[in-house]
Amino acid sequence: MDVLLQQLFNGLTIGSVYSLVALGLTLVYGILHIPNFAHGALYMVGAYITYTIMTSLGLHYLLSILTSIIAVGMISVLMERLVFHPLKDSTPIQHKVAAIGMLLFLESFAQLIWGADYQQMETPFGQVIDFFGLTVTMQRLIIVITAVVAMILLYLFLKKTFTGATIIAMAQNREGAHLVGINTNKVAMLTFFISGVLAALGASLTSPINLVFPSMGHLVILKAFVIIIIGGMGSIPGAILGGYIIGFSESIGATYISSDYSDIISFALLVIILTIKPQGIFSKGGV
Amino acid sequence: MAAFFNKRNIVVGFILLAVIFPFITRNDYFLHVMTLAFIWMIAVYGLNLLAGYTGYLSLAHAGFFAIGAYAFGLLTVKAGFGFWPAFLLAPIITTAMGFLIGLIALRTKEHFFAIYTLCVGYIIYLVIDKWEGLTGGVRGLIGIPAPSSIGPLTLSTPIAQYYFVFVILLLVIFVIYRIIHSLTGRTFIAIRNSEELALSLGISTTKNKLISFVLSTFFAGIAGVLYACFIRFIGPDIGNLNITFDLLTYMIVGGIGTMSGPIVGTLLIVWLSQNLQFLQDYRMLIFGPLLTLMVIFSPRGISGLFALWSAKRTRKLKPKTSNVEEQA
Repeated sequence: MDVLLQQLFNGLTIGSVYSLVALGLTLVYGILHIPNFAHGALYMVGAYITYTIMTSLGLHYLLSILTSIIAVGMISVLMERLVFHPLKDSTPIQHKVAAIGMLLFLESFAQLIWGADYQQMETPFGQVIDFFGLTVTMQRLIIVITAVVAMILLYLFLKKTFTGATIIAMAQNREGAHLVGINTNKVAMLTFFISGVLAALGASLTSPINLVFPSMGHLVILKAFVIIIIGGMGSIPGAILGGYIIGFSESIGATYISSDYSDIISFALLVIILTIKPQGIFSKGGV
Repeated sequence: MAAFFNKRNIVVGFILLAVIFPFITRNDYFLHVMTLAFIWMIAVYGLNLLAGYTGYLSLAHAGFFAIGAYAFGLLTVKAGFGFWPAFLLAPIITTAMGFLIGLIALRTKEHFFAIYTLCVGYIIYLVIDKWEGLTGGVRGLIGIPAPSSIGPLTLSTPIAQYYFVFVILLLVIFVIYRIIHSLTGRTFIAIRNSEELALSLGISTTKNKLISFVLSTFFAGIAGVLYACFIRFIGPDIGNLNITFDLLTYMIVGGIGTMSGPIVGTLLIVWLSQNLQFLQDYRMLIFGPLLTLMVIFSPRGISGLFALWSAKRTRKLKPKTSNVEEQA
């Protein structure tokens, strides 16, 4: 029973991070209809920036995260301006290839600057605490809390503010949004900014319990894709729900099936889902 | 002068250049690089058939390349098959796997297809990497036989292997050329341009997409087999996503959906990489942005640029002829 509870909590932690990453991906997909393969690279860059600021400038962990998410948000906006904006009238294959090009570039770039070695990130929240009978590290608790707060803030922003409503409007109908006077360029940049922020936040939170290395984004981005397909491309509640589904099934699968193949579980899930329903589970009608 | 640079002369010129290449360099290392480039070209042609002509970007291509290589390696090393039976059987196994995966994968479209194949590619890599009992895991497979002789022809020297791979490459290009210019090829292009239109014209898109997918895995399988018997060692890394991205780079830089694109792109990138050896780990620092820039400014790659340039020139030379379009 204890093992199960412990694993459920682990699933909650992993799921929170997955949800954050998938949210950024699904927001961008919602407004531009491009699967941003470079999102995983933003995740990786976010972790490295936090790490560098902590080690070289000696800033506090939380301050480093704050700097990092703003920096990655800017990189993300830059990417939209330089790469996706010029491509807005091209074929889907071109978008995907351009995103893959950026992914390869950012990974190489990280390898050049920070080296290929695995880095361990320190955290001031390493202490173990007793939480309703579970022994958990403070860091994991912070991951869950921060992620949930971030999701609530994002939800309030999208639903309650005018700027947030423009993002939703553009996701529903690009031409329509343009017609009623929404500046679609601004909204696209804003969406990419939020997406970068979420990726960097997820990466910085999870780095102290995992490791930091140039290809750390690979698996996460693949799983984020699985999540947004499960949750319906462009759907925000779907991304959150999907993140936790994958998080739980992975941590439970790793304990009760095999830890060697825990990474395969989410892909197998995706293959099964797409085999049965090629449009994804929660999608509404056409692609 | 313009007549001298027509399509046929360029093709003949390239073949001649490739034939005398071993006598120009006399350097086994360059020969090795060139042979490997030919093998990549075969794989890129397979990818190009599916992504360039049918409009479906498969990101599992390195996975099928690895299936071909491992099928050959396992048949010869573990099952004790001879070289030629395994050489024929391995692409067939790859094609059969491609057929099964294609049946399911092609139910999805566009982005879903890319993501689905990305995941399939990753699963193939993970299975090869983790199934130590069969594939040897990270240690890989060693002792794969080199090509055995055909009658009096021995294929053990680097020059002989160079010509062996070259002949297969020529065969592949010829087959691809015939496919593209057949009714089936036209059907692929129709599907690429508009799947709904093709469907309403009475084309069975499901069947034709599957044919295109299966053919592309077949060429990936051949390339994998050649790789296995040329390098004679295979590890799970050949199924990695990086290989898919490499193949993609060759195709995009050379020209997606063009006949000469895979040759141009592969040669250019492989030789650039050779000359940028010091960059080996960081070569994507250059090729990543190159890929993105190419897609933004010249969606049909270098071949596309060249076709555009020669079309413009022809128009200038003979303003009244209307065969300009055919050049592209």
